[in-house]
Amino acid sequence: MELIYEKSVAGRSGVRIPLSDVPKAAPLPEALRRTEAAGFPEVSELDLVRHYTNLSRRNFSVDTNFYPLGSCTMKYNAKVMEQAGALFVDCHPMLALLPGGEKYVQGPLSLVHALEQQLAEITGMDEVTTQPLAGAHGEMTGIMVIAAYHKARGEKRKYVIVPDSSHGTNPASAAMAGYEIITIPTAPYGDMDLDAYRAAMNNEVAAVMMTCPNTLGIFNPHIAEICEIAHQAGALTYYDGANLNAILGKVRPGDVGFDVIHVNLHKTFGTPHGGGGPGSGPVGVKKGLIPYLPTPRVVKNADGSFGVEAHPEGIGRVSDFFGNFGIMVRAYGYITLLGGEGLIEVSEQAVLNANYMMARLKDEYELPFDMTCMHECVFSAARQLKDGVHALDIAKYLIDRGFHPPTVYFPLNVKEAIMIEPTETESKATMDAFIEVMLEAARLTRENPDALHQAPETMPVGRLDETRAARAQQVCCEG
Amino acid sequence: MGYCPNTPEEIRDMLAVIGASGVADLFAPIPEELRAKSFNLPAGVSEFELMALMREKARQGGTEIVPFIGGGIYDHIIPAAVDHLSGRAEFYTAYTPYQPECAQGTLQALYEYQSAICRLTGMEASNASLYDGGTALAEAALMALRITGRHAVVLDGSVNPLHREVVCGYLASLEAGVCQLPPAGCEVDLAGLMNSITEETAAVIVQHPNFFGSVADLTELAKKAHEQGALLIVSCYPIAMGLLKSPGEMGADIAVGEGQSLGNPLSFGGPYFGFIATRKRFIRNLPGRIVGETVDAQGRRGYVLTLQAREQHIKRHKATSNICSNQSLCALRGLIFVASLGKKGFADLALLNYDKAEYAKSVLGALKGVSLANAAPTFNEFTLKLPKPAAEVVARLLDRGVAAGVPVAGYYPGREDELVVTVTEKRTKAEIDALAARLEEALWN
Amino acid sequence: MSMYFSKEHEWVKIDGSQATVGISAHAAHELGDITFVELPQVGKTLKQFDTLAGIESVKAASDIYAPVSGKVVAVNDKLEDAPELVNESAEEEGWICRLEVANAADVSALMDAAAYAEYLKGLE
Repeated sequence: MELIYEKSVAGRSGVRIPLSDVPKAAPLPEALRRTEAAGFPEVSELDLVRHYTNLSRRNFSVDTNFYPLGSCTMKYNAKVMEQAGALFVDCHPMLALLPGGEKYVQGPLSLVHALEQQLAEITGMDEVTTQPLAGAHGEMTGIMVIAAYHKARGEKRKYVIVPDSSHGTNPASAAMAGYEIITIPTAPYGDMDLDAYRAAMNNEVAAVMMTCPNTLGIFNPHIAEICEIAHQAGALTYYDGANLNAILGKVRPGDVGFDVIHVNLHKTFGTPHGGGGPGSGPVGVKKGLIPYLPTPRVVKNADGSFGVEAHPEGIGRVSDFFGNFGIMVRAYGYITLLGGEGLIEVSEQAVLNANYMMARLKDEYELPFDMTCMHECVFSAARQLKDGVHALDIAKYLIDRGFHPPTVYFPLNVKEAIMIEPTETESKATMDAFIEVMLEAARLTRENPDALHQAPETMPVGRLDETRAARAQQVCCEG
Repeated sequence: MGYCPNTPEEIRDMLAVIGASGVADLFAPIPEELRAKSFNLPAGVSEFELMALMREKARQGGTEIVPFIGGGIYDHIIPAAVDHLSGRAEFYTAYTPYQPECAQGTLQALYEYQSAICRLTGMEASNASLYDGGTALAEAALMALRITGRHAVVLDGSVNPLHREVVCGYLASLEAGVCQLPPAGCEVDLAGLMNSITEETAAVIVQHPNFFGSVADLTELAKKAHEQGALLIVSCYPIAMGLLKSPGEMGADIAVGEGQSLGNPLSFGGPYFGFIATRKRFIRNLPGRIVGETVDAQGRRGYVLTLQAREQHIKRHKATSNICSNQSLCALRGLIFVASLGKKGFADLALLNYDKAEYAKSVLGALKGVSLANAAPTFNEFTLKLPKPAAEVVARLLDRGVAAGVPVAGYYPGREDELVVTVTEKRTKAEIDALAARLEEALWN
Repeated sequence: MSMYFSKEHEWVKIDGSQATVGISAHAAHELGDITFVELPQVGKTLKQFDTLAGIESVKAASDIYAPVSGKVVAVNDKLEDAPELVNESAEEEGWICRLEVANAADVSALMDAAAYAEYLKGLE
């Protein structure tokens, strides 16, 4: 498909701007003016609408296809939340920061406060900030809070511990917060090697970051012990909430011994992913860490009204206002609409769906850790590789059959990983259809592996030359 | 009601396949002592009750107040097509385009977006978006540290104070130095900045136009920075780029900014997007995802995420940034916004902002006891000196239904009488005249 | 001129006081299509097994370690525009840099070609 720039015709325009009702001003000095207008495309509104409507049709999405992308929690996004988000689009955030401005934005402030309360109860934390704009941003905020805690105690610790199965954001976020990383290997039983962890823990360690259930979809039964070992050494414990969907109402990280948590509203709490974002990564902490949360805080006054307060001991500002408010509206709506029982049903059905998927596929695909899984299951295409078929080939075959592939090649500690997360919003019928195609791929692997190597053939493009892209570095079009 | 479709019969069948007697069996791996001690949330509601609750909250959202405020976030027009097209579920319910063959829609749109940002800023390479204006500026500072191998930045005092706080927080974590200059009145302190560059300076950071609305030519500053091996980082207001010299034209090395004004509503603080662009030679130092052009086996053009070996999922703690999720959908809105206006429409929009602000400047500046504080030309924001504390005046005018501006003293203690006023194309002459009348009343009655 | 290999798959050819360094054909194959080589700065001094350079393919990034201590005296700047040379000729045209050897005894911690071939068999 042509680029929008290639459809440009000088003199065309998609929209008329408002007419001026003021006199023409004297021009800016020449030295400050741009010499040539920015080369934006000149297209009619219809050209514009066709272009982006047709582009959108080149995407798989939750609303059009089953999307069992492991670790990403691609659940259905309820339409009422879009309606709710639209109600707030004209609220100016600066109003809340003006002298005397708070009383005009009581609605949005009360929503921020209510969401923070809901998330605190769900995670077992004492307070929550909604400022972080994505999961990784939440991780960095959480680790900065931990650093501030140690600093206030006159300690300067040097390391953060992460298991090798962690998301790459964990070590990257801790590094941005100024720490060196100690990586602990996974033991044969599928969890972080406890002995290696114990040996690595000392009073130079600021925190340990855990994902539970871990990226293999397995609940770590030693999680309380891991927290205890950290606390004994004066280190704090960080819970990466990426997989919270599995344990809603079942386990609260705060009860287990975690001091800091971030949650991904765009995973667990039903807000859409937007083709890569926006997300939202609120951070919850235990009482002793509240002073270090970022500024500002939304507070409830004695008279029941809501205000915005500076938070002088905190780590400062991590984003410009109160976080990705539009996403927060959707998450608040989701939690309110489902209620406590609805959220418990979410984790139960998510875990049921993943175990059903695992049971139906494990005869054909190798299961490196054969035990009850939580919200996702991780297979390996090691058996298929003997016939020259990689996890990637199976993924591409699924595309031809109308399914978004599972996550492949992650986690890194499973060779040829295929990570399936059906989520709770998928029906048995949809999963059965997917399972049939997965079984068909296994059969084809034995009979005609080349068919898999050719896939996908039904898309606008076939497999793309990524090496060429990386070498050419063509990242914007001329003009 | 968690949007869970399976019926009790289907659930029973699934449990039979698994070999479990009930869903509780599946949670057996979680030891009893680790179970939730509380889960005290109210019962759920229907979507209709939810909307009633939401409408109630939205009613108390201050939308009746006419905003002459900015501070990095601006009330601009949004063509209807932006909402319509970005609301296509194929865009907003898709994930990050890791499987390019079934994500060409998102990928091509992001490639077009990157191209738009390069054209806007006069740069050569951009990425698929960052979180917001403040974090984009912080990422640019980190990028400059990596490129130069130096450990400090010089930060102009007239950069948006909210953004400066974010930058300082990020840099403090890495124990990098920040030399913050006090503001020179309402202007970019060109002389002060030039004098503060040392051989430890990775970058000089300025905003264009600055927090007070002043516009400066940064060409000489760029030269001076380069002479000393430092980079110039410019945070720019995208709508102003329809009229003002771009960071690229002035010799900047990294351009960033808050993208909200490009087709994203105010929405009480987000979601917006941050943009970043740089020279091609620095492309590998960019944070976050980048979309690149390539071909398939049949030679058909297509787009993929590229240069991924810089990113956290491969390089882990050595990545250029921790960013994973970004603000793609907001960036898409930005793209559709500029494509809708087009080359001429975008320039006209900038000019309209300038004309409206100049008119407001003339009307407000003529009020008794009021003077203009900017020495340099301005774009659509300017700073007034009032004969009364600005905070008092603003609070009083809010009660009359107008947000007259942002009091400077909130961020620059001691400057009680100054007020930053913003006038976008959406403010009518009648609204500007009414502001003048109310301001006069508040000052003298 | 003798050639040695490290456990991290670097090779080094020693010629008097000069050492030429690269990655083994095995390592180049494992990485897949190389898209970028981050060359060291000329003049940089390194101890044996310090991080010397970086190398990237589409889906992987690896560090390259100095097989011997020394000072970087030259880099293969052809790799800037043609990183594929490492795939095509890892142990000749795809060399990465030359070091002024600081300690000739460092090679005792490395393997000769035969020992390296054995080592690779053990990794399979």
